[in-house]
Amino acid sequence: MKKMTKVMSMALAASLVVASLTACGGGEKKAETKAAETKAAGETTAASADGDVFLIGGIGPVTGSAASYGNSVKQGAEIAIKEINAAGGVTVGDKTYTLDMVFADDEATEDKAIQAYNSVMDQGAQAILGCVTSGACIAITDLTAADGILQITPSGSAMDCTKNDNAFRICFTDPAQGVTMADLAAETLGYKKVAVIYNQSDEYSTGIREAFEKEFAAKGGEIVASEAFSNGDVDFNTQLTTIKGTDAEAIFIPAYYQDATYITKQAQDMGMELPFLGSDGWDGVLGTVTDPATIEGAIFLSPFFAADPSENVAAFVADYNEAYGATPDQFAADAYDVVYTIKAAMEQAGSVESADLIAAMTEITVDGLTGDGITWTAEGEPNKGSKFIQIVDGAYTLYE
Amino acid sequence: MNKKINKSVIINIIMAIVAYGIVMALIYGGFLGRQAMSIIIPCCINVMLAVSLCLLVGFLGELTLGHAGFMSIGAYAGALTTNALNLPPMVELLIGLLVGGIVAAVFSLIIGLPVLRLKGDYLAIVTLGFGEIIKSVINFLGFTGGAKGLSGIGTYSNYKNFTFVYIFVLLTILVISNLVRSRHGRAICAVRDNYIAAEAVGIKVSKFKTMAFVISGFFAGMAGVFYAHNVGILKPGNFDYNKSIEILVMVVLGGMGNIKGAIVAAVILTALPEVLRSAADFRMLLYAIVLIAMMLFNNSKFRTVMIEKRNLKKAMSIQKEGE
Repeated sequence: MKKMTKVMSMALAASLVVASLTACGGGEKKAETKAAETKAAGETTAASADGDVFLIGGIGPVTGSAASYGNSVKQGAEIAIKEINAAGGVTVGDKTYTLDMVFADDEATEDKAIQAYNSVMDQGAQAILGCVTSGACIAITDLTAADGILQITPSGSAMDCTKNDNAFRICFTDPAQGVTMADLAAETLGYKKVAVIYNQSDEYSTGIREAFEKEFAAKGGEIVASEAFSNGDVDFNTQLTTIKGTDAEAIFIPAYYQDATYITKQAQDMGMELPFLGSDGWDGVLGTVTDPATIEGAIFLSPFFAADPSENVAAFVADYNEAYGATPDQFAADAYDVVYTIKAAMEQAGSVESADLIAAMTEITVDGLTGDGITWTAEGEPNKGSKFIQIVDGAYTLYE
Repeated sequence: MNKKINKSVIINIIMAIVAYGIVMALIYGGFLGRQAMSIIIPCCINVMLAVSLCLLVGFLGELTLGHAGFMSIGAYAGALTTNALNLPPMVELLIGLLVGGIVAAVFSLIIGLPVLRLKGDYLAIVTLGFGEIIKSVINFLGFTGGAKGLSGIGTYSNYKNFTFVYIFVLLTILVISNLVRSRHGRAICAVRDNYIAAEAVGIKVSKFKTMAFVISGFFAGMAGVFYAHNVGILKPGNFDYNKSIEILVMVVLGGMGNIKGAIVAAVILTALPEVLRSAADFRMLLYAIVLIAMMLFNNSKFRTVMIEKRNLKKAMSIQKEGE
């Protein structure tokens, strides 16, 4: 009998859990309810109570180790949504839609990304902005394809992120970055021998490195050293000593700015005066180096340049600074462009049906923060120019 | 006495069927949103992991922090197998499960033989180290996809195949709870309770330790295979010590050496972050607070009194039966 009570209480507890799940997951289909729900969750950006609402489902890490990327994406998208709504929304045919966004946290992990995707779909998302990291993006790409919903990732750079027809991206792919940097090194800068330091436990770093080494060799250059490190490493003396023993003319570091900071500092300490080349992960490096002289002359690729004098970038940087008290990075700019791309697709399609939006993606041209006149191929890749940034006198300047 | 055991077995069977019935009704009755559907299988996977770790931490009494390592070995082995095969999905998954479980068991044997001569804190640190080594090796090897991860795994164990996954969850629970009640299980518990006494009565301590380690690794490997075929992509970074600790938290919350507790804790801790999604920015903070509250409750006087009362009632009813 005692067992019975125990069983009963456990069953009760279980049903409670299930009940709360149902309550939270029950698909409310009305747009008004959606807006109210999201407002309650503190995620909304200026949704009007009347009129039609087009709901964007954002997915990215806002907690965990990659939280800074997810927060940037969320904030960049919010700025764009605010701007569009303030300008009167999106005119689709004879209707005007205001944009709204629900943003779900995926903690940059694959299993959470699936749950985050399902949670924004429960809330009635009509297009997906995400995911921010490549792995999470790959995990949901088959699900979005099965649902036939438009998915645009701001920063998922692995090839597989856009393998399905419904998926597009704003950023460069990792291999594309490697090829661009190799062309710069071999053709514009005329280097014959380059050393590479890369993070072997990071797909972004390994992806760029592979393409760089292949392209550089194809252009007649030679990779004299290819040295690996792992996540969390802070001592790069072994790698740098090996490179010092070669006749490399430059060091290419496809990595994030934290790693680049350590490497460049230690290279200076060892008395190395080789110029550095970097990938777009270098954006923000001036904020972490103790002495800007260590990276003087370094050139890296970046889709977005916050000090760009052009009108739209300056306006975005000012708005972002006002709203969040920070200078936007490339993730924020990518997300801003995603929202404007969705807007362009809606206007081109003259409908908000997913299939029409996806079909419209290859027909539109978007003047974004990360490039002018961006167009997309059916494979989901953007065609846009690349910007190179050089550190001159301790400041970012455009390299032309 | 015999009658009583039968009764509890029957109750357990009824509970398993009722739980199955509820979930199936929820899935096919359309009561659940997509978000809730997507956490059913992760719940099952975490139950398997928690119950298998419960054998080590709860019954063997050894703190191990490398459970995610064995999960990842199983996940990769199973995923590589199903990727290589070209059979009907369920057959592939079945073979993948066996391969994943066996490979994980073999690795736990290889690691367990030298490591299990250590005790207590030392064992915890060494298993932590092995978990990290497994992660690094997977990162380094070519056929595992390295840092890019292994993608293109068929998502065979999604909620549509709940029945299949559920059978294996029951199997895990059944094997481990029966093992604990068996002669071998008693020996395992004896090792926990008094190492010297156990050795003195002729129990081969390292043999039973290794046995528990291998069985636990086998089921962790199978859980890994389900994980791989639920998510569709594997990345070595996901199987770090954080994952091991997450599983350990479930076992501790469930009450060490309490399989039913571990099951409930695994379900609650998997569902909780999703339930809290509506709290937006405060989600992880709330999750941590709830965790602290639950741990405090587990150790509170309130609960001790409740258990004492229950035991008292039990004793009285036995006394009555005696009269």
